[in-house]
Amino acid sequence: MIIKRIALTAALSMLALAGPAALTSPSWTAGAALAAGEDATTGDTAAPAEAGGHGAQHIKDVSFSFEGPFGVYDRNQLQRGLQVYTEVCSACHGLRYVPIRTLGDAGGPELPEKQVRAYAANLPEITDPETGEDRPRKPSDHFPMHVDPKAPDLSLMAKARAGFHGPIGLGINQFLHGIGGPEYIYSVLTGFNGHEKTQAGVTLYGNDAFPGGWISMPPPLSDGMVEFQDGSPNDVAHMARDVSAFLMWAAEPKLEQRKHAGFVAVIFLGILSVLLFLTNKKLWAPIKRKQVRL
Amino acid sequence: MSGIPHDHYEPKTGFEKWLHSRLPIVGLVYDTLMIPTPKNLNWMWIWGIVLAFCLVLQIATGVVLAMHYTDNTQMAFASVEHIMRDVNGGYMLRYLHANGASLFFFAVYMHIFRGLYYGSYKAPREVTWIIGMLIYLLMMGTAFMGYVLPWGQMSFWGATVITGLFGAIPGIGPDIQTWLLGGPAVENATLNRFFSLHYLLPFVIAALVAVHIWAFHTTGNNNPTGVEVRRESKAVADRDTVPFWPYYVIKDLFALAVILMVFFAIVGFMPNYLGHPDNYTEANPLATPAHIVPEWYFLPFYAILRAFTSDVWVVQLVHFLSFGIIDAKFFGVIAMFGSILVMALAPWLDTSSVRSGKYRPSFKWWFWILVVDFVVLMWVGAMPPEGIYPYISLIGATYWFFYFLILLPLLGVIERPLPLPSTIEEDFDHHYPAEDANAADAAQPAE
Repeated sequence: MIIKRIALTAALSMLALAGPAALTSPSWTAGAALAAGEDATTGDTAAPAEAGGHGAQHIKDVSFSFEGPFGVYDRNQLQRGLQVYTEVCSACHGLRYVPIRTLGDAGGPELPEKQVRAYAANLPEITDPETGEDRPRKPSDHFPMHVDPKAPDLSLMAKARAGFHGPIGLGINQFLHGIGGPEYIYSVLTGFNGHEKTQAGVTLYGNDAFPGGWISMPPPLSDGMVEFQDGSPNDVAHMARDVSAFLMWAAEPKLEQRKHAGFVAVIFLGILSVLLFLTNKKLWAPIKRKQVRL
Repeated sequence: MSGIPHDHYEPKTGFEKWLHSRLPIVGLVYDTLMIPTPKNLNWMWIWGIVLAFCLVLQIATGVVLAMHYTDNTQMAFASVEHIMRDVNGGYMLRYLHANGASLFFFAVYMHIFRGLYYGSYKAPREVTWIIGMLIYLLMMGTAFMGYVLPWGQMSFWGATVITGLFGAIPGIGPDIQTWLLGGPAVENATLNRFFSLHYLLPFVIAALVAVHIWAFHTTGNNNPTGVEVRRESKAVADRDTVPFWPYYVIKDLFALAVILMVFFAIVGFMPNYLGHPDNYTEANPLATPAHIVPEWYFLPFYAILRAFTSDVWVVQLVHFLSFGIIDAKFFGVIAMFGSILVMALAPWLDTSSVRSGKYRPSFKWWFWILVVDFVVLMWVGAMPPEGIYPYISLIGATYWFFYFLILLPLLGVIERPLPLPSTIEEDFDHHYPAEDANAADAAQPAE
């Protein structure tokens, strides 16, 4: 495990060096140049966003720990994000496809089993599909569905929205930055521009990241809303980052296992390719009347 | 078996003779693997193995996925999430299957354009070509129905748009559409039959692949020169060919390993790159996505479908001449299917006696324009049909038909091909001259 971590860190630093050169659109350069510390907002968000907008979305680039071929989740960030989700988002939204037990799974927030049980017991009761009676939730149950029927389910939100489309819509930069779903969530949460309007009896809030520029969700976060145990900063931007990372995990809980498997597969296929290349060269040498020195 | 003369399987032991006289299956495998193959095949001849691998990969992953999938509109989307979260390795199976479809189509397009450049479709390989086109059509049907199964927004709306194409056929169209869907709209009955057919068609494809291989093992492989293997005797044929095993098996496996390295990098590091984010939202018949875009491998033909709008004069002329039966929508459908039909008819449209594009100086240029045209159509198919894009797709679609219907017949008559090598051996020796080896020998004798 430690060896793997070292390998990942080494590879990650190599990638960080190669990163800016490999970037495909100029607006990325700013984002990548800023390290994973403070909000890495791109140059184009610095320009004042048009009030209400005409559907021109401003997706801010945030540097997440799980980006790139070797990126992994930050456990502490996932746990903070879970707390933001529980205290704020779950008032209206749901995570219907996420089993509660996965909070304890490897590659996730990795809560201890006791905490997972306690977390499940604190959630609203569930109607048991077999007995038809209400009972407290168990870790084997899923998160509750949405409370407000207008609030979309968030289980897959980080994969259902693309923040990045890349040059002429080709999105090659996804290799290094992901599809931009968490960036989209972050941008919506921090994109409220203070404008409001009432349309057909519904209050809409101006948002620079939401398609169309108006969203029916009121600004959900305010500074200091959630008190983190580890004393992490709890301004809107930090909470938005943490909950975006958590929702990425909720959408892609096997991300770390998948990247690991992909890495192993590429390494082994690379070795196999070299062996087959040499075999092929030697095999064909007499046909091509060439000397082979192996 | 006819074809190029070569050694056949000779049973030696008593058991081999016993089995061979009852079921010559070892002989079949032996003759298939030892088939004489032109020794000058280049790297564009590897895609067949890649395609065979894709079919096996898709069937193997698909069979396991089907064990965990539920074909019901209420449960399909959740069952896919169940595969992604609860099934052991399910996320990998699903990403392999979804991206496997893309590898399959990438390989088939390379394979088809290889055939178009080197004239692999020409006599005596027309049947191989036609069966290949049938396989390609079945692949498209299978992929389309497979994309509906996760029951996301793009699944639902893609199915609505594509089956709507059949509804454009005058008169019987709406009835055909209802028959395909199992009802008035895309619903549970549609999902059930698409799942059933998605499971069935790959096995039909597998059978056709066997016929495809049988056909070109009878005629022999084409090769980059387009010159046939000499067949006077086995000794002469041996100078043009090498046995498939081990020479091409190892070469193809090497290529496959390199391609799989890229494939696994995509599956491992960016598995959703080729998918559409909207398909992670459950199908909702009441909410239409902003842009309904098919998968990337359908985009060139989707662009041709959309190219012929009602303001194009050809469409207006046809509309007038057909007394209004063929409107713009139906014209687009005809154009889309026609674009594949003209490709299937290439063996009879191409009048040139020279097979390989290598020796056809002007054909070469028109071919590469066709490749660029295909890529441009793919790009424009993903764009919204407004602004400059409809013009680009119209030009692209027109060139596609121009190439097959006018250029191929015409070029064969007016073009003066370059001199062909008289044999494959001559071409091969030109690339790998014997003198070089001797020179190297002399320079470094101690080896």
